[in-house]
Amino acid sequence: MGASAPMVQLLSTTGVVQTDDTAAEYQPYIDALTDEELRQFYRDMVITRRFDLEATNLQRQGQLALWPPSHGQEAAQVGSARAARAQDHLFPSYREHAAGMIRGVDVVDIVRLMRGVTNGGWDPAECGNFHLYTLVLGSQALHATGYAMGITLDGETGTGDPETDRAVMAYFGDGATSQGDVSEAFVFAASFTAPQVFFLQNNQWAISVPVRVQSRIPLYQRAAGFGMPGIQVDGNDVLASYAVTRKNLDEARAGQGPRLIEALTYRIGAHTTSDDPTKYRMDAETASWVAKDPIVRYASYLRGRGEGDDFFTATASEAEDFSSDLRRRTLELVVPSTDLIFDHIYSEQHPVMAAQKQWLADYEASLGGTAR
Amino acid sequence: MTDALPLAKALNAGLRKALTDDAKVLLMGEDIGPLGGVFRVTEGLQAEFGERRVFDTPLAESGIIGTAIGLAMRGYRPVCEIQFDGFIFPGFDQITSQLAKMTARHEGRISMPVVIRVPYGGHIGAVEHHQESPEAYFAHTPGLRVVSPSTPNDAYWMIQEAISSNDPVLFFEPKSRYWNKGPVDFTASASPLHSSRVVRTGTQVTLVGHGAMVNVLMQAAELAQQEGTSVEVIDLRSLSPIDYAPILTSVQKTGRLVVASEAPGSVNISAEIAATITERAFYTLEAPVLRVSSFDAPFPPAKLETVYLPDADRILEAVDRALAY
Repeated sequence: MGASAPMVQLLSTTGVVQTDDTAAEYQPYIDALTDEELRQFYRDMVITRRFDLEATNLQRQGQLALWPPSHGQEAAQVGSARAARAQDHLFPSYREHAAGMIRGVDVVDIVRLMRGVTNGGWDPAECGNFHLYTLVLGSQALHATGYAMGITLDGETGTGDPETDRAVMAYFGDGATSQGDVSEAFVFAASFTAPQVFFLQNNQWAISVPVRVQSRIPLYQRAAGFGMPGIQVDGNDVLASYAVTRKNLDEARAGQGPRLIEALTYRIGAHTTSDDPTKYRMDAETASWVAKDPIVRYASYLRGRGEGDDFFTATASEAEDFSSDLRRRTLELVVPSTDLIFDHIYSEQHPVMAAQKQWLADYEASLGGTAR
Repeated sequence: MTDALPLAKALNAGLRKALTDDAKVLLMGEDIGPLGGVFRVTEGLQAEFGERRVFDTPLAESGIIGTAIGLAMRGYRPVCEIQFDGFIFPGFDQITSQLAKMTARHEGRISMPVVIRVPYGGHIGAVEHHQESPEAYFAHTPGLRVVSPSTPNDAYWMIQEAISSNDPVLFFEPKSRYWNKGPVDFTASASPLHSSRVVRTGTQVTLVGHGAMVNVLMQAAELAQQEGTSVEVIDLRSLSPIDYAPILTSVQKTGRLVVASEAPGSVNISAEIAATITERAFYTLEAPVLRVSSFDAPFPPAKLETVYLPDADRILEAVDRALAY
């Protein structure tokens, strides 16, 4: 993969199918999709956009401690997550709400994390191998690499059967690429030929710091220095995100080693609900990315394929129902038992946990009720 | 069956046994393969068990711990070697923010059976970053277990018990004792992993320490005996959790406690023990619990280490102070 390879784009910003050589290389992955699968990409993006807004509102109304909006990044997340096969493992950062939903996470479990009723939220084994959010930037890249090394040790990859060979995908952002852990993950993955895709969503901003402070070269070009392919894709193009991820995951699972995908996208919203982007971003820049909105672009493509108003109306309605349900269930969430302070800190019996749990119980009893 | 082995060889035998008993056990770290580790603790194990189970990693401590976490998620039981005490800090974030919290974050759905072996402590005349005692950082971190053997027999058994644990274990190896021989009983473990143990009985003062300090305490006890003072010595063995029962029993007999370690004294494990014994045995104490430690300064150039590290005389000075109350 040359350092000057062009960005992969299958749909123009107005939803026109691209026909250049690069697009042609990836088009077969799209041709293999059914109409229903193509419609599902749209549903995924619209539902995510809607519940992300609902969660943002819930935070504004004091119902959540925090919410990291994914507005603008739906195509990169939906395309990559839909490209993963059932047997694959995904290690997210903390903004991959669409990817989690697609792999089977109940979105209210993401809300539980952000509301402060859990530090985890779901069982990865029950949620399409979508691992827990990691709030320290880049740490999960190494967990993903270690997991991929384990898959290799188990012989569950590289047999030549894409239906069963496993691969691992680690999500992280442009800010996290400056973390040592991400570079160390690149080194380990390359040295151990790990079946792994590093999926980098370059949303241009690490809170208030622009990507030019993280890197003086396009981030995908870093891959070459670690001895792996690097590919840049239009992250606001769901079809390109899908095709590039599909191809690279399949190459990784075929024993060709790790690769880095840089999806160019944009965080339309704030970093989190605690952030104020007006202090550091120009409106014109944001507007230029709004014009490249992944959902508008893809809707145009689907209409071009003959999807009618009924589909779009039904999807909007589905998204409304989804977010209403999320709001209702968020408001029903209860404070967890104080046992959660002590239970599961260790897998095995631990005298200090047992003693302190008992102390709290005795203390609360001495107050004639709860200490809270 | 009993053999006299140096502590490093006992660890090697314990690791070999763990690798033999459980195919999920992996050894990983810097230079642990053909070289057998800079202290030769893993000597011969790669040749015996193959490069898939005993492997050299890139030179990156965070990478070692972070990938070990992923391997543990996959069902493996990684045993990581950190080359020297002072080199653990590039891996500190993965240990304290990830490894220690991973089981809790998953609300018990997964275990983290990761062992991190750390040669630690002074007395070897090495350069900066090669003689430190960082164990308190890890004993302070919920979610980790922290142990340190002082004898070859404990080394052989405790490494196996640590590997068998489903929780992360920081395994601090007293590197100055690697070459000291002692009997190893291959038939049965002497004590559970997280137990402290009386290693010399006495009646007037109780001394508590761990790792290489235990040997210093034994020297001090011997010297005290020659002066007519009867000293009991307890090998802490486990730094998190701490097994207080033998210490409390001993203090009820002696009424005097001196806690010693090689680490700087402030916010040291000795402080935790002093506070806890004071809380639990206040009325049996005849003197304040005294601490003997290194100074609250970084490990000095090695030519000064014999002054920096507590020796038997510094222990005896504290014994005398305790007896003077």
